Amino acid sequence: MYDLSQLKVSNSPHIRSEDSTRQIMLDVIIGLLPALALAIFVFGPRALVVVCISVIGCVFFEWLYNRLMKKPLSIDNLSAVVTGMLLAYALPVTAPWWMILIGDFFAIVFVKCLFGGIGKNFMNPALGGRAFLVASYPTLMTTWAKARTTLPLFGSSDVVTSATALSSLKNGKIPSDISILDALLGMEGGCLGEVSALALIVGGLWLLYRRVISLRIPASFIGTVALLTLIFHKGDAGAVQWMVWQLLSGSLLLGAIFMATDYTSSPVTNRGQIIYGIGCGVLTVMIRYFGSYPEGVTYAILIMNCCVFLIEKISQPVKFGYVKPATAAKDKKEASKS
Amino acid sequence: MAHTFKGGIHPDDKKRATSGKAIELLPAPAQVVLPMSMHIGKPCEPIVQVGDHVYLGQKIADSQAPVSSPIHASVSGTVVKIEPRPYSFGTEIMSVVIENDFRDEPDPSIHPLDIDAMTTEEIVVAIREAGIVGHGGATFPTSVKISSGLGKVDKVIINGSECEPYVTSDHRIMLEYPWEVVGGGKLLAKIFNVPEVMLGVEMNKQDAFPKLREYLPEDGTVKLYPLVTKYPQGSEKHIIKALTGREVPSGKLPADAGAAVFNTDTAAAIYRLFTTGMPVIRRIVTVSGSAVSNPKNLECRIGTLMENLIDACGGFIEPPKKLIMGGPMMGMPQYRLDIPVMKGTNGFLAFCKDECVTAEHPACIRCGKCVGSCPMNLLPTYIYQCSEKGEIADLEYYNALDCIQCGACTYVCPAKLPLMQGILVAKQRVMDARRKK
Repeated sequence: MYDLSQLKVSNSPHIRSEDSTRQIMLDVIIGLLPALALAIFVFGPRALVVVCISVIGCVFFEWLYNRLMKKPLSIDNLSAVVTGMLLAYALPVTAPWWMILIGDFFAIVFVKCLFGGIGKNFMNPALGGRAFLVASYPTLMTTWAKARTTLPLFGSSDVVTSATALSSLKNGKIPSDISILDALLGMEGGCLGEVSALALIVGGLWLLYRRVISLRIPASFIGTVALLTLIFHKGDAGAVQWMVWQLLSGSLLLGAIFMATDYTSSPVTNRGQIIYGIGCGVLTVMIRYFGSYPEGVTYAILIMNCCVFLIEKISQPVKFGYVKPATAAKDKKEASKS
Repeated sequence: MAHTFKGGIHPDDKKRATSGKAIELLPAPAQVVLPMSMHIGKPCEPIVQVGDHVYLGQKIADSQAPVSSPIHASVSGTVVKIEPRPYSFGTEIMSVVIENDFRDEPDPSIHPLDIDAMTTEEIVVAIREAGIVGHGGATFPTSVKISSGLGKVDKVIINGSECEPYVTSDHRIMLEYPWEVVGGGKLLAKIFNVPEVMLGVEMNKQDAFPKLREYLPEDGTVKLYPLVTKYPQGSEKHIIKALTGREVPSGKLPADAGAAVFNTDTAAAIYRLFTTGMPVIRRIVTVSGSAVSNPKNLECRIGTLMENLIDACGGFIEPPKKLIMGGPMMGMPQYRLDIPVMKGTNGFLAFCKDECVTAEHPACIRCGKCVGSCPMNLLPTYIYQCSEKGEIADLEYYNALDCIQCGACTYVCPAKLPLMQGILVAKQRVMDARRKK
């Protein structure tokens, strides 16, 4: 006779894929590393310090919240690490440590945990934290260090500030002091993680390869911005150059590849993701063109985050074997006749 | 170009353990246990009594109900008991136990049938009397499928996709008995009076293509169609979609889309019925999984107990943590081994490890992988969220009843949510609410 004492009886399916939330978050972290490497190259070791403070802050606040509220510990899924990295990427490298921690606190506690933790927040926590900091500390949030200047590891510094590509675009001019190659590599002023377009694209390719994200959101987001800036171009250097500058500057790539694709705050339906991406693109261009603020990506994504529920309503996939009620009624009539 | 449908998943098919192993004949056991319900529909009533002598292939149970399928003795010998016995659906059912006399005397009334001399009604009756059901696991009586589809069906499909991981019984049938499968297809073409029967086989069984092609008729009545290897390609609705582009209307039968689908082994059983007259008395079972010492494809008599199959495979490497009747995606979990092989038993699996990990504190991260995998285009995570506390109206809005329970959503979920379990609760609640109306 066989030993059947260890048998477990449970419902099908009896096998599971090897994917896990933790693995997905780990893939996102890996995808963010090229941009970190470039940030360290451009802004020096202070960039790494800013990212570390932010990550430690996010993980700590989530741990603290879990403990104080007597909730199961949720830091092992690494989502707080991702939030910490993304928030740091959206800060200027000159950001003081206390401001980073305030941003972490708002992102983790107010945007994420109070709504129920992972999967329940309706906004991207990192962007929520950034928006909070922009509203609270507008000067600190728009002090851009010049690329390749030496910065102290901690504390504030009298930095040589530089205008970003975005601010000259805001005035309808193609930036004159930096080239497109600079923008690709990140040799420009701007937020820590957003400066190097090339590193962000490499990270995005990794996420696509790992199937963590699909092309739907990034492509529809970036495509919409490209199309609109191509049609409504400004400046005297021609439409294509204007469009390329619009795509490479500011946090468009960081937003489109890493932030708009945040699972929790984007639609689950395929069609919904495309609608959402287009919405993000339209709002970004609107804010960049008509807003009082040079960058529109943060608010564009946050506004679209709030519309996800509605987008899903209108984009529910048509179920397999769906029969229009009118035809169904007609069939019934015919059936009853015969 | 291989045909397919939208959605679905690509689990590791794990078929290598048995796909290269020839079907082994398991000697008939000393006793067979024949449950009175091996099909969808009304259970049969025994028509023999304890002490009766029965021939091989003799009808021992039947029912007058329109949807049912008779049962035949799978050995010759003596009826020793008629009593409730455990079977794979977790409970006990009235079963006829036959003591084998090891003579295998066939019922003298069994003789080959000449399809050309028979009317369609006679053919349907013959298939019913032979106890042929859907051998892929759903076990819907084939005669009912044929008679309800006659006149409506213009696309006849033989389902050789066998998309469940581990299971290779249909694969081996196509490799070793291709003429039976193709021959069954030719008979189905005649029965339905259609110019072509489509034989759909997944690409992971390409080694069977040349063997099948050898027997394909020149007039094109049976044609081979490759299918993309994907789960649940073998779902009736999805093989129809892949091969004909038609969608079975929600809540309706394949016949309403003008299609009828038959499992490979069902087609082979029809062929065997017309060439030998023998009803369904044996079937091929894949015994596999990490706990089985020597995985095999076994040809055994219906009513052979699982213990005998495990014995034939060299027993377990270590005490199993899970036993499954069927494939790992939709199979039934088992808790004992004294259950018989039935008509729809295509596989029996034993695992050393319970691979079914469920999160302690499941939290949906809204990644949308379940939505992308759902072959029915549903939103599994929302059905799950509404399953217990949601309104019935919400469950109807998310089309809970359209779920075919393939388990693809649950397989892909990175947060390890018990989606399938929740959706089952949801479906039950919707059905209860509809019944009350």
